[in-house]
Amino acid sequence: MRIQFRLANTAVIVMAMMSCAFSQDSHIGKLVGNAKRGKELYQRYCIFCHGPEGDGRGESAPYLDPKPRDFTKALFKCRSTPSGTLPLDSDLYNTISRGVHASGMPSWKPLLRQERADLVAYIKTFSSSFQEEQPGTAVTIPPEPPDSVDSIKRGAELFESMNCWSCHGKDGRGHGPSAASLTDSKGYPITPFDFTSGTHFKCGDTNQEMFRDLLTGLDGTPMPSFASAMKPEHMWDVVHYIRTLHEKKHSIELKSETQGQ
Amino acid sequence: MRLKSGIIPILTLAAISLCGYLSIGWAKPPDATGSLKGTVRFEGTAPKPTRIDMSQDPICAKAHSTPPTTEDVVVGSGGALANVVVYVSEGVPAGSYEPPQQPAVLEQRGCQYKPHVLALQASQKLSIVNSDETTHNIHPSPNNNREWNMTQPHGIPLEQTFARAEVAIPVKCNVHPWMHGYIAVFKHPFFGVSDKGGNFEIKNLPPGNYTISAWQEKLGTQTQKVTVGTGESKTLDFSFKQ
Repeated sequence: MRIQFRLANTAVIVMAMMSCAFSQDSHIGKLVGNAKRGKELYQRYCIFCHGPEGDGRGESAPYLDPKPRDFTKALFKCRSTPSGTLPLDSDLYNTISRGVHASGMPSWKPLLRQERADLVAYIKTFSSSFQEEQPGTAVTIPPEPPDSVDSIKRGAELFESMNCWSCHGKDGRGHGPSAASLTDSKGYPITPFDFTSGTHFKCGDTNQEMFRDLLTGLDGTPMPSFASAMKPEHMWDVVHYIRTLHEKKHSIELKSETQGQ
Repeated sequence: MRLKSGIIPILTLAAISLCGYLSIGWAKPPDATGSLKGTVRFEGTAPKPTRIDMSQDPICAKAHSTPPTTEDVVVGSGGALANVVVYVSEGVPAGSYEPPQQPAVLEQRGCQYKPHVLALQASQKLSIVNSDETTHNIHPSPNNNREWNMTQPHGIPLEQTFARAEVAIPVKCNVHPWMHGYIAVFKHPFFGVSDKGGNFEIKNLPPGNYTISAWQEKLGTQTQKVTVGTGESKTLDFSFKQ
């Protein structure tokens, strides 16, 4: 009886310790990242910008704009989870792999997949949030309807009525009336994306990724989530319209070149 | 042997609670009938509110018949200071305080937050209303809670909660940069916000020795100590200077 009791207790301890150990791991598909190995990689590749404490105050940080991510806040731009929730391990893995356009963060695809998974595990140790809270549930991205003229037209109307232009500007160049006032959550000035400059968005280039950005918002920046503001089909309309802003500039440039000849 | 079998459950408990998987329940507080009433005043010449230029969004500008002004220090007649959060900061009886069923309501009207300073309990529902014909984004910047940022067009309901205590979370709208407000979050129900007359009230206080704090967004925090007997109604006034 007593032995059984002790066995049961030991089992509980082992399980509790294992669950502690698991929270130090990362899971990306079949990959299991290890924080201890991740720490070695972090100290070799990441520490100069993100700092030994993971607070984004590495030696190079003063020279970088935008500033390196502060992992202690557990606040991440590129997520597949709703605004206000923790990202999935795969979201962090994707950011490390992809890099962040228009920032000092390069693509870390030269590292092995296992190494990137290890880094995710270590990055999560900088904030207790990953031990205290579950990540959000990944949002669903419905199939994309055709980018018809009607869809683009509706997108243009929504760009107006949703006040996207307040920051991104009526012409999408990022010079809206509120643009100059914007800061990130650490108080550093931040520039709205110039849609005419191309489609190298921070969290990925595809229409699906643009849709996801509208749905989740980029936490820690002024870019909000439109999850309760728009129906999914309308978010696709906005994606289709934003795509035309780049092409518009392109066609104007082509035109002026022809005129110059 | 006996000692070991005693240690094991303790270790088990410690291991589990370390992982944050176990929350220990506490006894409910006893019936409480004391109260604390008072007035918050501003001493000296009140700062002049600054006019807000809302012309970038004509819908906001049109919502005001008189020019809108900033609300960071709102002084009424006789120096009454509004929007001060008064709360028990020390001496809160141990216990878990269930949040009220009724949601706290934050309204966006005339492209300003109504109320400008809101207090609610942790995990109490916060119902956010957009009465303006324009689209806002509501963006709190907490230190102790998770940050979120949601777009809210006219008439679309939005509901959120804050899990942890925090005095006070700045709230802004990035679309309309003049929009600022604060949300104070408490683990207990012993708080109030001064109204236009500078009056506040904290009800249902159990007898005890308390530290009472008064927080104003620009003028800082003041504290006073007070003892409340069973069923006693105490008066406590605060006075702020610039």
